[in-house]
Amino acid sequence: MAIKYQQPDEQGYYGSFGGAYVPEMLYPNVEELRTRYLGIMQEPSFQEEFRDLLKNYVGRPTPLYLAKRLSKQHNTTVYLKREDLCHTGAHKINNTIGQILLSHRLGKKRIIAETGAGQHGVATATVCALKGVECIVYMGEKDIERQAPNVARMKMLGARVIPAVSGSKTLKDATNEAIRDWINNPVDTHYIIGSVVGPHPYPDMVARFQSVISEEMRWQLKENTGNELPDYIVACVGGGSNAAGAFYHFLEEPSVRLVAVEAAGHGIGSGFSAATTQLGKPGILHGSKSLLMQTEDGQVVEPHSISAGLDYPGIGPLHAHLYESGRGMFLSATDDEALTSSFELARLEGIIPALETAHAIAALKKMKLKEGDVTIICLSGRGDKDMAAYMKVINQKEEENEQDTTVI
Amino acid sequence: MNRILQLFERKTNNVLNVYCTAGYPRVDSTLFVMKALQDNGADIIELGMPYSDPLADGPVIQQSSMMALDNGMSILKLFAQLKDFRHQIYTPVILMGYMNPVLQYGFEKFCQHAADVAIDGLIIPDLPIHEFETEYSAIIKRYGLSFIFLITPETLEARIRKIDELSSGFIYAVSSSSTTGHTSSDTTGQQAYFKRIQDMKLKNPVLIGFGIRDKETFTGACAYANGAIIGSAYIKSLGNSPNIETSTKEFLSAILK
Repeated sequence: MAIKYQQPDEQGYYGSFGGAYVPEMLYPNVEELRTRYLGIMQEPSFQEEFRDLLKNYVGRPTPLYLAKRLSKQHNTTVYLKREDLCHTGAHKINNTIGQILLSHRLGKKRIIAETGAGQHGVATATVCALKGVECIVYMGEKDIERQAPNVARMKMLGARVIPAVSGSKTLKDATNEAIRDWINNPVDTHYIIGSVVGPHPYPDMVARFQSVISEEMRWQLKENTGNELPDYIVACVGGGSNAAGAFYHFLEEPSVRLVAVEAAGHGIGSGFSAATTQLGKPGILHGSKSLLMQTEDGQVVEPHSISAGLDYPGIGPLHAHLYESGRGMFLSATDDEALTSSFELARLEGIIPALETAHAIAALKKMKLKEGDVTIICLSGRGDKDMAAYMKVINQKEEENEQDTTVI
Repeated sequence: MNRILQLFERKTNNVLNVYCTAGYPRVDSTLFVMKALQDNGADIIELGMPYSDPLADGPVIQQSSMMALDNGMSILKLFAQLKDFRHQIYTPVILMGYMNPVLQYGFEKFCQHAADVAIDGLIIPDLPIHEFETEYSAIIKRYGLSFIFLITPETLEARIRKIDELSSGFIYAVSSSSTTGHTSSDTTGQQAYFKRIQDMKLKNPVLIGFGIRDKETFTGACAYANGAIIGSAYIKSLGNSPNIETSTKEFLSAILK
């Protein structure tokens, strides 16, 4: 029996997922947000400032680009929604612009954030510089190593980057540390969560700020094709913010298939994966009930993905609901498939995507697309931050080629 | 009437609740620690069930939880350890833990097994009031367990009244808005908050926790409440000592003398 997709209710439940499972220490902050976020977001002065910054600072609307050579390669029609062309290089800034304006209206003086790949950290540090607000970013020690360029950017923008050294030392642990910071600084601090995770109202609030992606897709596709509805929208999912934004204005359009691509890491059954819908069970992490990778004893499992932004054992409650209700189609791509797709896009279209985004591109091979199908891929971020991982592949190939020549 | 309620019938001052982590420092040390706490004057034992992501806890309890998990501790193992523990321990015992492991165990099964081994109450800091009322309160009541809610300096009066209605056993007043083990520097603000709670004349007893670490802080808290809760300071003392009994004796006698 199919369950119908539902917008979240007043307590933040999408079907059976969501809610606000927070200790009492966080209750006043979360409650203040819950009662005020929609009102603030609807204020004309807020909308005006938000739209103005998206246009003149972020560079929106981002292009909807018909990728001709990629389309030809897969014998179908593929458009790329170029979120990689946003200021700071990813969609993350749509949300941080919204939240910094909101935090100002809540009278908060200090901003904290968690980051995985560093894109959300950079986007937060950027808007804090823009508004002259103190910024502290928590980042897993392991991610600090593998995303060095973004760490440097955050520091240059004036943010303090604090390593999370507990647990798996990745995004999950950075989020724990940010939440603990918020518990210890409840009055003056706003926590800018970077994804559609966390206690209600964060998943809904972040999805609304990111929904500008699908809002633009509709009119842009109509301009291009005369029809505002594609057959497929494809986006990668860690927590799921770019997917939430790309799906948002198509949720109630049953003809549009929403494809979420998770990180399979070394493979779903390998023990080194981050494909939450495939490996997770209902559970509670970071303040919401969702699907969660965990042991039989309910301890959270350390995930693995080559992409720091997808290296998360949970998924936003909206996506858990899309999965449960059958409204979303969930695929996964391995580390290697993502790497291959990054090179494919670079060579076919002259676009170097982020490793996260490469997972969405990899799904093209798994979707059995027909010639007449129209697909939009949310190109969530650019690959500058991942050049070390890409160089490793290039060096390996060059070494192999050299060996080949010596044999000849 | 469970042991917590009985305790507050006969003792309303200087009630000492001490936290320990199950499976810490060793997987099989749980009962030794509890026995040592009972023998040296603890009135209530708060037994922590270790979790990989303890959001409300500071570094000391995080570390003890991590060690307990590395030791192989789990809820299943804990209930096995607690089978027949009432032969030697008569002190009220509260299980403290986070929602996710309890959900995985099965909420009702968890309450049933807790009641079977004669546990008296639960603290689950990330179980919110809304879900408590709509889904879980009836189950908890069915098994005769107390449920202890937290309040903080930021909790508004109307909400404290509501929490007082929903609580049984006692109310856990967090001394400052912080994670466990944090020491507040604002003693004047803290005293005003304690006084405010005291003047509300709640129907449940109140114990003050977070930052209570020695005789001075314990006595200070007891001036405003029915007692206090010690966690991180005790865990730290256990970690520094090879002998559970002597370190517990030393730690508690310094507070109670």
